[in-house]
Amino acid sequence: MRLRSRFSVPVLVLAPLCLVLLLSIRDCRAAGLGDVLRIPGGVINSGQADSIVRGAKAIGKTFQDITPEQEYYIGRAVAATILQSYRPYPDEEANRYLNVLGQSLAQASDRPETFGGYHFLILDTEEINAFAAPGGLILITRGMLRLCRDEDQVAAVLAHEIGHIKGRHGLRAIRTSRLTTAFTVLAAEGAKNFGGSQVAQLTEAFEGSVSDVTATLTNSGYSRELEREADQEAVAILTRIGYDPGALSSMLQEMDKRMVRSGPGFAKTHPDPKDRVQAIGARAGTSSRTAPPPERKKRFDLFMSKV
Amino acid sequence: MSKSRMLPMIIVVLFVAATAGAALEVMSVQVKNGQLRSSPSFLAGPVAEVAYCDPVEVLRQQGDWMEVNAPGGKKGWIHQSALTKKKMSLGAGGKNPELGASSDEVALAGKGFNADVESRYRTAHRSVDFAWVDRMELMRISPEETVAFLRDGGVKPQAGGVK
Repeated sequence: MRLRSRFSVPVLVLAPLCLVLLLSIRDCRAAGLGDVLRIPGGVINSGQADSIVRGAKAIGKTFQDITPEQEYYIGRAVAATILQSYRPYPDEEANRYLNVLGQSLAQASDRPETFGGYHFLILDTEEINAFAAPGGLILITRGMLRLCRDEDQVAAVLAHEIGHIKGRHGLRAIRTSRLTTAFTVLAAEGAKNFGGSQVAQLTEAFEGSVSDVTATLTNSGYSRELEREADQEAVAILTRIGYDPGALSSMLQEMDKRMVRSGPGFAKTHPDPKDRVQAIGARAGTSSRTAPPPERKKRFDLFMSKV
Repeated sequence: MSKSRMLPMIIVVLFVAATAGAALEVMSVQVKNGQLRSSPSFLAGPVAEVAYCDPVEVLRQQGDWMEVNAPGGKKGWIHQSALTKKKMSLGAGGKNPELGASSDEVALAGKGFNADVESRYRTAHRSVDFAWVDRMELMRISPEETVAFLRDGGVKPQAGGVK
């Protein structure tokens, strides 16, 4: 009687539970999701079911799940879109100098390797601006370059843009819904279910992504936090490579003097330079600038004579 | 055997297994053109190239650099930003269709936002001109050029460029 009172209740509850559990396990093994789900006009096969499961996993993915290869294609379209509004400045020597300098800085960054590599181009406008399209396509205006007093300051501007690439800041502007669509289609594709409508969905998600990033670069700008991150990466790159890290602060002070706060371009999309100088901190805030070596000055002067 | 004796043994076994696994870790190249260098530094000269999706065997790590064995008997140092822990698959149309979809372990190369999607995008947006983007990509600067540029300009990298 005592025995019965101790075991009867759990046994009574657990026995049916175990039976249900065993049956359900057997069901899963034998059938799988594909055989269970039925749609009008047919049955979803196991391959399609797997893709549904993978599709569900696509939800919750973020910009961090974008592969460098996909980032590369987004960046190309973003740069091409920006180039609709700005004319490239085709001087070959000036662009070559910018690319050698930029490449040197990128190599010293925490992300020297991107899918398609870093490439730089001058834009033919007086506007003070610079853009970093995802993956490493960096565009910088003649107006911005003309503010620079030496090579170290050009390096500071480029290093800041490389900081945005390193942090994949552009990709953060992409709405989650677009990524969910893209990753869901991508998941289905693995199960060979890739149809015309999915290609269309993917292209639409791509268009949306390009538009989100471009709007942030040209219109709304990054958050203060991301700008600070890019400034910090710039100071790290300049220090590591051997340029004056104070060049960033001195360049920002120059911009503060010359920019109209209500104006277009950089002034619109970036926090107040004064705030940024303060955020960079004492380490790089005060520049103990000495005259650059003659060869560095000579090549910078030649570059400036072309822009 | 008592619990107190078993615990250290389990820890030792796990440690040995973990370190043995680390020595054999295989990663994949996730950039179009990866470069193997002679030493773990952005100032070091290139010794060989590795291609997208190439599997590499990690021999050791120093900072952000990894010494790897690459296909074709190539060996050298590569920055970790060029590598991924995921296996790279060429996808459903590629040589490893059984690997299937993108997952946490496998990434599909050439899938998702790719050349095909870009081509459809360009058809829909004829006013967006990619000519200058293509020209930008043709501007390639070799590691030798950047080293010479820094040297000529009296730009002296910290600690020989190791980071």
